[in-house]
Amino acid sequence: MMTGFRAAILAAGVVLPLGAAHATDLEVTHWWTSGGEAAAVAELAKAFDATGNKWVDGAIAGSGGTARPIMISRITGGDPMGATQFNHGRQAEELVQAGLMRDLTDVATAEKWKDVIRPASLLDACTIEGKIYCAPVNIHSWQWLWLSNAAFKTAGVEVPKNWDEFVAAAPALEKAGIVPLALGGQAWQSSGLFDVLALSLGGKDFYFKAYGDKDEATLTGPDMAKIFKAADDARRMAKGSNVQDWNQATNLVITGKAGGQIMGDWAQGEFQIANQKAGTDYSCLPGLGVNAMISTGGDAFYFPLLSDEAKSEAQSVLAKTILDPATQVAFNLKKGSLPVRGDVDMSATNDCMKKGLDILAKGDVVKSTDELLSADIQKQKEDLFSEFFSSTTMTPEDAQKRLASIIASAE
Amino acid sequence: MTIPATTAGTPARKSTRPNQYFRNMSAKIASIPMILTAVVIFAGGTLWTVLYSFTNSRLLPRMSFVGFDQYERLWAAPRWTMSIINLGIYGIFSLIFSLLIGFLLAALMDQKIRFENTFRTIFLYPFALSFIVTGLVWQWILNPEFGIQSVIRSLGWTSFRFDPLYNPDLVMYGILIAALWQGTGLVMCLMLAGLRGIDGEIWKASRIDGIPAWKTYLFIVIPMMRPVFITTLVIIASGIVKVYDLVVAQTSGGPGIASEVPAKYVYDYMFQAQNLGQGFAASTMMLLTVAIIIIPWAYLEFGGRKRG
Repeated sequence: MMTGFRAAILAAGVVLPLGAAHATDLEVTHWWTSGGEAAAVAELAKAFDATGNKWVDGAIAGSGGTARPIMISRITGGDPMGATQFNHGRQAEELVQAGLMRDLTDVATAEKWKDVIRPASLLDACTIEGKIYCAPVNIHSWQWLWLSNAAFKTAGVEVPKNWDEFVAAAPALEKAGIVPLALGGQAWQSSGLFDVLALSLGGKDFYFKAYGDKDEATLTGPDMAKIFKAADDARRMAKGSNVQDWNQATNLVITGKAGGQIMGDWAQGEFQIANQKAGTDYSCLPGLGVNAMISTGGDAFYFPLLSDEAKSEAQSVLAKTILDPATQVAFNLKKGSLPVRGDVDMSATNDCMKKGLDILAKGDVVKSTDELLSADIQKQKEDLFSEFFSSTTMTPEDAQKRLASIIASAE
Repeated sequence: MTIPATTAGTPARKSTRPNQYFRNMSAKIASIPMILTAVVIFAGGTLWTVLYSFTNSRLLPRMSFVGFDQYERLWAAPRWTMSIINLGIYGIFSLIFSLLIGFLLAALMDQKIRFENTFRTIFLYPFALSFIVTGLVWQWILNPEFGIQSVIRSLGWTSFRFDPLYNPDLVMYGILIAALWQGTGLVMCLMLAGLRGIDGEIWKASRIDGIPAWKTYLFIVIPMMRPVFITTLVIIASGIVKVYDLVVAQTSGGPGIASEVPAKYVYDYMFQAQNLGQGFAASTMMLLTVAIIIIPWAYLEFGGRKRG
């Protein structure tokens, strides 16, 4: 967290002096502040500055939950930035409907986004009533289990190949004084972990029936009960990881104090910064080694409607830059995420990302929960799971009932 | 300038009684901006919030009424119930302890001790820190990995356990410690000012009558300090209702939802969940709670005095 912040300041410091005399300043807000993330942002800024404009970095520390309210109130309050990060999905839906965001259809047609962006669902998530309102920048998938090889060596057990082996290895880890599963205290981490269990252990059809169709029988049924059983295991294994932020939890895995962490592929950036090598220092299991299926959430840039023409022009340039093949490669290598274009060369990447690219190429992808559920439902889910994962008394059955009633209330 | 003019003009028209509304004109004109702020921003904003709490507004306010739906959902939410209970615990204990500790410190400070200025500065110092800084400092102090627990363990007592922030049953008390550390200094200063306002003759009189000091405090000095106590009470109470930043900095509501407070619920649902209606309903409930406590009290306190 601290290093991330420092890196963000450093990045901003490097960027500022580069501005050309006639450059248009464009403030870009985002919440990429951990070490790996800040390094990736610097790549974007570099590419944008090369076009003769100036990237004014508006990093907001403290993850999306903290940053989004600030961004939204700036847009609705009449002080819009030049461009802003949101996740793919429904977070900016109402801003677009209120006419506060800029229509990017002209840029998208000129740059043939329809042909290059893959999977197509990413552009669909940006499209509202036939118009395109955002530029996807990367694909992030949640469904990864990161394992510390050193921790398993200390405990004297094989590095697990799937979730069940991991659960079975937990007692050995605990005996060696290692927390089996690192889990940060922030609410979105618990809720995300559960969604990973749902997709990876339950499968694609189950996931869609539960979150997409919001089918009551599925939500209250025995398949869901199985997922809650697994969540109960996870809850027991996560006991003792007294950290808040996700990157602190990742750090427990990097230093071998925890056996593993279920976290999105953004955790990869942290391993890279710590000079860890995929395969030898750490292992990754997409889809928890059960169903190698990834959700295609991720980040996109939205552009508020501005009256200043020079700035609007700079917005178009930024949108183009973001999807430029060279930028896509440079950014995603640093960030540990997958590019949104299928036609770029990612051969410089490591083993874990190659696994992700393979899954993407095979088309084993699903929509992320951000795309399926509204922010309101997501928040209630977060409340439920942060309570569940910290509680010792809440039974999986009760939690299942509450999840069903939350999802039933969705519009 | 206007004041001498009015007073000079008054004797001239003795027959007509000067209009009540035009007395102290300059003072009234000067307070117009504040009156407008109070009416438009506070009262207007409050009414607007209450009105929209009956709609299903999401990210942006919109006028489609749904009756009491938001309130039903609010009171069915375990997190809200938890927030109210936590506010109760925090409120009661912080009221009692900050008054108690604050008064005790002030009474000790009032014993004509040496270096009083130094002590006063030390005790008041935490108040100069914001709740965010206080919260972070105490988050570290109470963290089992590098706070009190690890210090005591490194001294050899390895079974020592002190991690209130990671225990759902104790977390509110962990927050309370930080709040008291930050707030009692101010209470002490207010109380000290009150004690200094008590005439020295009273002490002399009670000493002549042979009344022990503690009795003098309890039955003479404290009743005389009533106005100071009321001011302090209002200051503490307003701090209790709006507690937010301390919780965010120390635990961000965790573990789980064990240290959630109402103000945080309002913020999270208005902005993170993009559900203004729900946030407004919660803030209306907060207003109502305050009103239920304040109105009868204000009526007794101020209404009673006017009659008497």
